[in-house]
Amino acid sequence: MKLITAVVKPHRLDEIKEALQAFGVHGLTVTEASGYGRQRGHTEVYRGAEYTVDLVPKVRIEVLVEDDDAEQLVDVVVKAARTGKIGDGKVWTIPVETAVRVRTGERGPDAL
Amino acid sequence: MAQAITLAADAPTLSAANTGFMLICSALVMLMTPGLAFFYGGMVRVKSTLNMLMMSFISLGIVTILWVLYGFSVAFGDDKGSLVGWNSDWVGLSNIGLTELWGGTTIPLFVFAAFQLMFAILTPALISGALADRVKFSAWALFITLWVSVVYFPVAHWVWGEGGWAFDLGVIDFAGGTAVHINAGAAALGVILVIGKRIGFKKDPMRPHSLPLVMLGAGLLWFGWFGFNAGSWLGNDDGVGALMFVNTQVATGAAVLGWLAYEKIRHGAFTTLGAASGAVSGLVAITPAGGAVSPLGAIAIGVIAGVLCAMAVGLKYKFSYDDSLDVVGVHLVGGIIGSLLIGFFATGKGQSDVEGLFYGGGLDQFWKQCAGVFGVLAYSLIASAVLALLIHKTIGMRVSEDEEVAGIDQAEHAETAYDFSGAGGGAARTPASSPVAPAESKKVDA
Repeated sequence: MKLITAVVKPHRLDEIKEALQAFGVHGLTVTEASGYGRQRGHTEVYRGAEYTVDLVPKVRIEVLVEDDDAEQLVDVVVKAARTGKIGDGKVWTIPVETAVRVRTGERGPDAL
Repeated sequence: MAQAITLAADAPTLSAANTGFMLICSALVMLMTPGLAFFYGGMVRVKSTLNMLMMSFISLGIVTILWVLYGFSVAFGDDKGSLVGWNSDWVGLSNIGLTELWGGTTIPLFVFAAFQLMFAILTPALISGALADRVKFSAWALFITLWVSVVYFPVAHWVWGEGGWAFDLGVIDFAGGTAVHINAGAAALGVILVIGKRIGFKKDPMRPHSLPLVMLGAGLLWFGWFGFNAGSWLGNDDGVGALMFVNTQVATGAAVLGWLAYEKIRHGAFTTLGAASGAVSGLVAITPAGGAVSPLGAIAIGVIAGVLCAMAVGLKYKFSYDDSLDVVGVHLVGGIIGSLLIGFFATGKGQSDVEGLFYGGGLDQFWKQCAGVFGVLAYSLIASAVLALLIHKTIGMRVSEDEEVAGIDQAEHAETAYDFSGAGGGAARTPASSPVAPAESKKVDA
């Protein structure tokens, strides 16, 4: 199994969810995150005091998938997340040793 | 306080219309203190929101009691040496007849006492904005008590009490440019020079946590200010109060535009905080002047105040004093602008026949205004610094470094402003799962 993690622009979340559902992915986890890459942050002014805000809002999407689907699903996520502008985010995968469905105790790919 | 002109021949009689109007104005001015609490509360970081709200709110308690006990008597009693007033009948507001009128007006003494009380409450609350994030609540309560007793009550007498030196000199202060705004702004400067900066000043970002709250506060202040300004004529028999009402709106609108224009040119954006701050700067500047100038004069005063205050708020970074929410930059500077510009823009057709430089009156009134401005400024600055120093050397003005960094709300009030625990996490502690006796839980875990 693999864990796909995508840190992307918040407004692309719905697109990505729909694309994953269309592929047949049954579950995912979303967390609100903040960070920056090449995009860096932005500047805010309060009564003349300028603050550089480095961290911009992002969402982190995590999906557990079978090894065979991983590459293809990464493409699905990237395609749905892309706007072509700086700050679109990153997607990566890491190997996962085991997964258990809490309700039934099923292990491995059966738990997905 | 300016007084309504009444028919010279007849002794004034109680006017139900003026009395009703003044009771409403008193309630409007009362609303300014919670409005100010929101204005300031939105400007601090999340961790000190409640403390900022409470620093204003406590004034509604403390000053009300002091006013009844002796404040009204010191501020408006019979003159003693041009410096303070005293009238033993007014101690405890105990020997005042229900239909006894405030001298020369058509409103009961009780109404005048209530109206002026609201000013006395607001003025120390204004100071609190400069002291954000770092002052012990008990020390603040003690400071308010001493400050109104030693500074506000006497200064109100100087400016508005018959026999007070500024009043006798002919200094024009319709509704509190010197007695309220210069007074509070100079006091703020005196106190912050004693207690020092917030930890992280000029290094850490200190962004306002809620600009909608700031806008709400500015709106409430603007609304309440009609009572503050128009009510200060104490009646409606000659139309001066109505002129003040119009000028209040005109100058404030102009100041919003002035501040925003300066900001757009200088910093590239029309900010919400700039609009709210511009409104307050205009309200401050027209407060002393609105009864003496024309609506066109009010536009000029508003624009000048908006632009100069927008420039003045940057001074704290240059000179490195932590006027946290710009009480000096807005109230002291705005108060000085409004008070001095009377010397130029007074038309002679408003509250009195005094004419300013632009209306053929020469500089006479300007010099009088200067005396009022710098007399109040110097006394308030020095007396406030001394009071703060006394408290600082005894019980201490500031919370500990740990408490300041962790957030003064938890340390001083055992509360947090917002519950963010809904998304999981947070420090939710239900009575069922972990009962805590109130007495034991003085400190709340982060």
